[in-house]
Amino acid sequence: MARNGMKPVEAIPLEESAPAAQDDTGTRYTHPVTPGEVDLSHGAILYLEDISVSFEGFRALNKLSLMIEVGELRCVIGPNGAGKTTMMDVITGRTRPDAGSCFFGQTIDLTRLSEAEIAHAGIGRKFQKPTIFEHHTVFENLELAMKADKTVRRTLFARLSSEERDRIAETLQLIRLTDRTDRIAGLLSHGQKQWLEIGMLLMQEPKLLLLDEPVAGMSDEETERTAELFVALAGAHSLVVVEHDMAFIEKIARKVTVLHEGSVIAEGPMTQVQNDPRVIEVYLGR
Amino acid sequence: MGPIATTISRLYGIRGWTALGAFAAVLFIVFPVFSLLVPPSSPFHVSQYWVTLIGKIMCYAIVALAMDLVWGYAGILSLGHGLFFALGGYAMGMHLMRQIGREGQYQSDLPDFMVFLDWKEYPWHWWNTDQFWYAMLLVVLVPGLLAYVFGYFAFRSRVKGVYFSIITQALTFAAMLLFFRNATGFGGNNGFTDFKRILGFTIATPETRMALFAITGATLIGALLLGRWLVTSRFGRVLMAIRDAEQRVAFCGYNTVNYKLFIWTLSAVLCGIAGALYVPQVGIINPSEMSPANSIEIAIWVAVGGRGTLAGALVGAGVVNGAKSFFTQAFPEYWLYVLGLAFILVTLFMPHGLVGILRKWRATA
Repeated sequence: MARNGMKPVEAIPLEESAPAAQDDTGTRYTHPVTPGEVDLSHGAILYLEDISVSFEGFRALNKLSLMIEVGELRCVIGPNGAGKTTMMDVITGRTRPDAGSCFFGQTIDLTRLSEAEIAHAGIGRKFQKPTIFEHHTVFENLELAMKADKTVRRTLFARLSSEERDRIAETLQLIRLTDRTDRIAGLLSHGQKQWLEIGMLLMQEPKLLLLDEPVAGMSDEETERTAELFVALAGAHSLVVVEHDMAFIEKIARKVTVLHEGSVIAEGPMTQVQNDPRVIEVYLGR
Repeated sequence: MGPIATTISRLYGIRGWTALGAFAAVLFIVFPVFSLLVPPSSPFHVSQYWVTLIGKIMCYAIVALAMDLVWGYAGILSLGHGLFFALGGYAMGMHLMRQIGREGQYQSDLPDFMVFLDWKEYPWHWWNTDQFWYAMLLVVLVPGLLAYVFGYFAFRSRVKGVYFSIITQALTFAAMLLFFRNATGFGGNNGFTDFKRILGFTIATPETRMALFAITGATLIGALLLGRWLVTSRFGRVLMAIRDAEQRVAFCGYNTVNYKLFIWTLSAVLCGIAGALYVPQVGIINPSEMSPANSIEIAIWVAVGGRGTLAGALVGAGVVNGAKSFFTQAFPEYWLYVLGLAFILVTLFMPHGLVGILRKWRATA
């Protein structure tokens, strides 16, 4: 199911002369490309190029270009209305761009896939407002998010295996909700809900995590722990974090992208970005 | 525990199974014994009136159950479920009309209403309906296919909430107007009635009626267990998640359209079966079954009993229809006021219906 609608793969012909396979037509390829699998061979997990989105005349994104490397932890900042959430909407298939391209790895064209297909391909998203299943228990929330065959036929007969139970238990420990396993999720504190949603993302085993204001409403201690968690996750996963909390950004940031009016105006290490005159103007100039 | 034992304990606890067993005993032992074996002169005799009334209410309870599956669990409020019920009823009715044979008023091979319209042969859509198996196929396929096609377009276009409800209401209304026309070939506003037999058995004998009653009871229990099996599976948890946060479910990698379509179609099929059981017991089917008010009433049964509980749907269908048959005899002009008032009171004070109140009592006791 996840494979429907994915673009037929066209391998990229090689320019330099590395050892390569060769087909009848004489085109040479460096490595096999499997449809539906993320091709990370070029070191990048996400490419956005010249993405534009308009809502009834308002340009939410204006020729936005962005590249995220494999294993990177990228922070995206910008004033309100800069297009941060719209960017996430484009990546996750909720909004279709008017122009531009959006690729996951080398081969998966995100603008052609549905939300569910994008999730299957390996992109997990945390919403600005914690969205968990309020009437389910903490355990069931993780169960539903877990990477599995998610067709109707399979979920009708699905049973948890002991490995799956172990994975849920591990995640519960990681998000420190082990003693809340059977509690109805709606009764958790705001910070715990944020953590549960992060846990749900991890259960999906995504390659790329998009986190929209993950520490909003968390206590200082919870924020501290979240920062540790994200730093630990980077490397094995790629993360894009949108945040307003500058203290938090400073703690985790390696590379920061600044959005303004739908475009990237600065990109680089935190200290460099902070001293960029355009960034200062955007943040202080009004 | 073996897989069967696990499933049994998943569906209901000891108390639930005991209640269900008691219910089955009443249906399959008490009713037949006191209706067929106890002579009519005895004060303990259960009359035909009661057998028909309870049989009819059980058909409604199947519809309520089907409604609860889509509304209570998947959050899809249908105000057109009466249509699926009526379609199942009409499919059964066509077969029963053909079973009348030449015993109609005009002693023709054709049903009376066709003779009256001066038709010489059966229209195309009556093809093969003299075959019982084919009629049963129609009972399942017609509501199922209609629901599937309608649901496919509605869910794929992300029609939700009130808009969806209004469209279903319009759908049943349009169908009612269509079925009112004589030219449609379903007996116009009179519909089908005066059935004589079913599968060769005379339809009005106490034994046939008791058999229909028992089949309806078995179907109801089967539908309840099927529903319970569905909602306690992971599938059921996905449905409830769709009800609460559909976008999140999609981002988890579930194709929510397929989930909604499955439960929606299944619900329509259950309604069709209920309609097919209803018609031989009540002895008539006409387009008024498709009236918008009928479909709204189905939603009221579920709301009164308690949404998202299945048992509540049965309780609601029983209580509201019990009250209806009492009021329409004792104070016919007040029934609609009572129904409206009940709906308002339930909405204001009992968001979880009668079952919700019972649970609250049990929790505090």
